Amino acid sequence: MYLSRSARVLLRLATALGLTAIYTPLLLVLVNSFNASRSFAWPPSGFSTRWWSAAWQETGLRAALATSLKAGLGATAVALVLGSMAAFAATRYRFFGRQSVSFLLILPIALPGIVTGIALNAAFRTVLTPLGVGFGLFTVVVGHATFCIVVVFNNVSARLRRIAPSAEEASADLGAHTFQTFWYVTLPAVRSALLAGALLAFALSFDEIVVTTFTAGPGTQTLPLWIFDNLSRPNQGPVVDVVAAVLIVLAILPVYLAQRLSGEPLR
Amino acid sequence: MTPSPSPGTGPSPSPQSAPPRDPRARGAGPPAPGAVALAGVSKAFGPVRAVDGVDLEVRPGEFFSMLGPSGSGKTTVLRMIAGFESPSSGRVLLGGVDVTRLAPFDRDVNTVFQDYALFPHLSVRQNIEYGLKVKRVPRAERAERAAEALATVRLHSFGDRRPAQLSGGQRQRVALARALVNRPSVLLLDEPLGALDLKLRQEMQIELKQIQREAGITFLLVTHDQDEALTLSDRIAVFNAGRIEQIGTPAEVYEHPATAFVASFVGTSNLLQGEPAAQVFGEAGTYSVRPEKIRIAHPDDPAGPGEYIVTGTIREVVYAGAQTRFLVDLEAGGHLVAARQNLAESGADLARHRGSAVLLAWQREHTVRIDT
Repeated sequence: MYLSRSARVLLRLATALGLTAIYTPLLLVLVNSFNASRSFAWPPSGFSTRWWSAAWQETGLRAALATSLKAGLGATAVALVLGSMAAFAATRYRFFGRQSVSFLLILPIALPGIVTGIALNAAFRTVLTPLGVGFGLFTVVVGHATFCIVVVFNNVSARLRRIAPSAEEASADLGAHTFQTFWYVTLPAVRSALLAGALLAFALSFDEIVVTTFTAGPGTQTLPLWIFDNLSRPNQGPVVDVVAAVLIVLAILPVYLAQRLSGEPLR
Repeated sequence: MTPSPSPGTGPSPSPQSAPPRDPRARGAGPPAPGAVALAGVSKAFGPVRAVDGVDLEVRPGEFFSMLGPSGSGKTTVLRMIAGFESPSSGRVLLGGVDVTRLAPFDRDVNTVFQDYALFPHLSVRQNIEYGLKVKRVPRAERAERAAEALATVRLHSFGDRRPAQLSGGQRQRVALARALVNRPSVLLLDEPLGALDLKLRQEMQIELKQIQREAGITFLLVTHDQDEALTLSDRIAVFNAGRIEQIGTPAEVYEHPATAFVASFVGTSNLLQGEPAAQVFGEAGTYSVRPEKIRIAHPDDPAGPGEYIVTGTIREVVYAGAQTRFLVDLEAGGHLVAARQNLAESGADLARHRGSAVLLAWQREHTVRIDT
């Protein structure tokens, strides 16, 4: 497409401005985690790693991190199983209500988290509590799974639509039984989509705060909840900055990988 | 003119009077079970009857084609033989054994798919070895047979490539090798050359025929390309709207079409019916004559011995390389296409014939009366 010189300059400027607006705050968090000052004073009064060692020794932080990892892994596992099964059903079989099922599966990602949170909270209270299952890690996992399933479902069904069903027919034609076909033909074709879906699901779960607020019991604190609690506490601001800085670095990796995997050509 | 009331029973000794609609009617040979047999097979998709009461028997070692337009049910028949679809009614037999309810992996047939359906994540060699691997053939034998199959399709040095790194023609050969390496009793080919360009298609046709002869395997080909069917087949079944219109050798199907559909689908449609037919042949009915059988002569020329003649005016001249086709409006009504080899005249000078009065003449035995 041809663009005039002024249009090109304008577009570049807009791009630069947009990226600056997104990444300056993140950079600020990184800088602040090494700021000697106790408050977020600007300019930084000196370089210090004291907040980093303080964060390392914070036991509440460690517990919250462990909870978040468990919740993320649990929700991802549930999403992988249910999401890919749903994707196979919706793309490989024709059944009554197929379109509606697909729509209902995708809907939770569009629902405001607060709606999901309230709904799950009420549901758990009326169904699980009488059964003796209290709010805790389990309810958080179930809550997160509601939207984690969607990303796995989307990734896997997009891939399944792209691979020709004739490959599976060819496998059966060549003498492979159903399980052999799944293992040798279908799984290799969807493997990278599964991985990409899992990474995205884990990332979604790891930073979730709204649904978590409504589904975690009083004794359960995930990392985002811990950060939210400690942000306003005296002396904890810089420690939160340290956690945020670590998370920024950690988050880049899975998102980068997921993008590489889902964009990867089939071969 | 000396119209004979029934050209089908003319003086010619050729067996044109018996439309070979029943495959068992001619040259039935020894009573060995057919490689493939269909008995009253029908398939309905919802309200649509894609296949409607098909009976078919393919002899062992035969190159058999199912020819028809898209939607005529030929591919559905192939898929029912492979086991991907199960018939709504009727039976499918392979080598005399009823396989109607067997899964694809329990049938001794292999398929070459229209889109080749190669496994993209496996190398060419792994693709070819796949059928042997899932059947637990020992590694050494697998490698040997795969190398053999690669040689058969002349792809010796391509074993380590991925399908994505091959051209369309090469992928086609891999698909063929992957099926042949299992030494099936019947090889099913679903429009295998459809995606290739003309030149490559003609090369592959010759190769297919050669491979079939050497391997001695029954080939069952689905195609909508009449040239392909005529070139390759020992026998052809012409499909239309889920039914078989005619089964016969290429010459039978071409020279003696049993129905108006066969006459028009195989070769150029050249039908005379109604009043014009009654004037030319002396009896109303539907008649077919192939364009290349028609001699174009000066309007005052006499009829040769045993010829039908008819006068008309050239409406259109179509130059087609080796041949020129003349569309002639008949004085009696209707029109016929006459084809002439471009022995001397060619190109632009042919156009001047447009509007000329001509006489068309052809041997009576080349007229086929079609029962409607």
